[in-house]
Amino acid sequence: MFSVAARRTALHSRAAATSAFRSPAALRSFLSSLAILEQREGQLNHGSLSAITAAQKLGGSVHAFVAGGGVKSVAEEAAKIDGVEKIIAVDNAAYDKGLPENFAPLLVENIKKGGYTHVLVGHTAFGKSLMPRVAALLDSQQISDITAIESENTFVRPIYAGNAIATVESSDAIKCITIRGTAFPAAEIAGGSATIEDGVDSKTESTSEWVSEELAKSDRPDLATAGKVVSGGRGLKSKEEFDRVMLPLADALGAAVGASRAAVDSGYADNSLQVGQTGKVVAPQLYMAVGISGAIQHLAGMKDSKVIAAINKDADAPIFQVADVGLVGDLFEKVPELTEKVKSS
Amino acid sequence: MSALRILVPIKRVIDYAVKPRVNKAQTAVETAGVKHSMNPFDELSVEESVRIREKKSAPGGVEDICVISAGPAKAQDVLRTAMAMGADRGIHVEVKEGDDLEPLAVAKLLKATVEKEKSNLVILGKQSIDDDAAQTGQMLAGLLGWPQATQASKVTFGEGDSVEVTKEVDGGSETVRAKLPMIITTDLRLNEPRYASLPNIMKAKKKPLVKMSLSDLGINNERRLKVLKVTEPAPRQGGGKVEDVDGLVAKLKELGAL
Repeated sequence: MFSVAARRTALHSRAAATSAFRSPAALRSFLSSLAILEQREGQLNHGSLSAITAAQKLGGSVHAFVAGGGVKSVAEEAAKIDGVEKIIAVDNAAYDKGLPENFAPLLVENIKKGGYTHVLVGHTAFGKSLMPRVAALLDSQQISDITAIESENTFVRPIYAGNAIATVESSDAIKCITIRGTAFPAAEIAGGSATIEDGVDSKTESTSEWVSEELAKSDRPDLATAGKVVSGGRGLKSKEEFDRVMLPLADALGAAVGASRAAVDSGYADNSLQVGQTGKVVAPQLYMAVGISGAIQHLAGMKDSKVIAAINKDADAPIFQVADVGLVGDLFEKVPELTEKVKSS
Repeated sequence: MSALRILVPIKRVIDYAVKPRVNKAQTAVETAGVKHSMNPFDELSVEESVRIREKKSAPGGVEDICVISAGPAKAQDVLRTAMAMGADRGIHVEVKEGDDLEPLAVAKLLKATVEKEKSNLVILGKQSIDDDAAQTGQMLAGLLGWPQATQASKVTFGEGDSVEVTKEVDGGSETVRAKLPMIITTDLRLNEPRYASLPNIMKAKKKPLVKMSLSDLGINNERRLKVLKVTEPAPRQGGGKVEDVDGLVAKLKELGAL
């Protein structure tokens, strides 16, 4: 079934056995990665370029894959990324919504055709829904949400809400991987000239149908990739207060707005703003936690931030144990004062 | 519409409020003597199944709610909890302590169970809070060739076996429609799980609980990932506190964050 992959593995072990006589470059040539890109209405999702960065770290050849209606311009944009050899594009509107029932068989066909050893996608809603289905079809045990690559078969991933870090070695011929975007910066679109090739269109009918979507509109930076994040918790007390206190601070700093699960569950902020184990994982330059106690599930989503600042009236809140700078005080006084001082400085 | 035969896979994990500790040998997280409970996302799956029955929201009704867990003998505790919440019966697939199954093996085990039990709806948690893999539901859907709706925040049943699911996605929500049989994974906003009442806990002790082994289901525990080591994350150094907003601004400037 996987003759190409099997042959590659066989070749690889032979190469490894005689590695003393081979240059590392020769070894690397047996490794080939496919990075899955996300697109929306013909626009490339730049966050998904993290998959290319991870593929480049593996060494070996890097191809990228994109599917949807009229994806030519997306393919052309991605072709400009340095180090990418080939963009495989499938132009068919049936893949626009990324429904896993037809997208997974499509990927499997293209993975088999290309004989890839590694397949990578972001650990986003799209990647999380799609990749395990692909892995199951390939009989491969996926490696989720990796934060580092130690070698072509050894990967690092957080477990237990980031309270432990596991290093795992995969024995699968095709390694299916989802990557944590904040651990791999998006590849830059410059300096490359990849060829663009039509992929195989497996034309599997989707057994599910897309009905509608409701996306939160915001002019502020995207939470997952913002350089600064201000995040509010239960201490904000109501949606009105959340908006009145947090939004001006976010605007003064040019920051994205986040929230703790408590704030989301109480209806102060939209679900999509939740930072934590069950929400988004962020790693900005500055993370400012306002009225957030710092439960382990929340810390899992932000403890890799460069600088953490906390404002909380409880001097014993766990957030102060991880904050680089903490201010004990009433957020309803301190945050507006801070907003004014940031604006005037 | 077909009557629902719901299968709810549940996992026994270290309680969400416990801070896990890595063992001295750096091979795993310490589990001995640590409080365990049902994976929080699985509680949502059990709750949703019971609500579908109680609210009569599926036109064909609910014929059976079966919970299944693979793990050591203590996994029976979470199965009893699920039965106290309203599940009809349980299946315990006995796996030795420390011989944990990977998601792909669990998906294969569940596929065999689905076929044996003639399930037409499987509701799983979106991820377990120990391994954080978020794979099993999707893998099962792939192996069965069934439609999937992940991270569900709302499930409604229509005529002709159709099911509409609102899913949480990056930036908002998305609604998809599919036909039974299908796979749904639950997200936090789906419902608020009930506490089992004492009388229901007593009644749950009399509900049927079948024990099985991996070989009964034709599964062998073949591991594809070898855990080389497990370590504590690098600790963050708290930087201390400042007196006022001016101090905060000055410190942030000093740290280059402003």
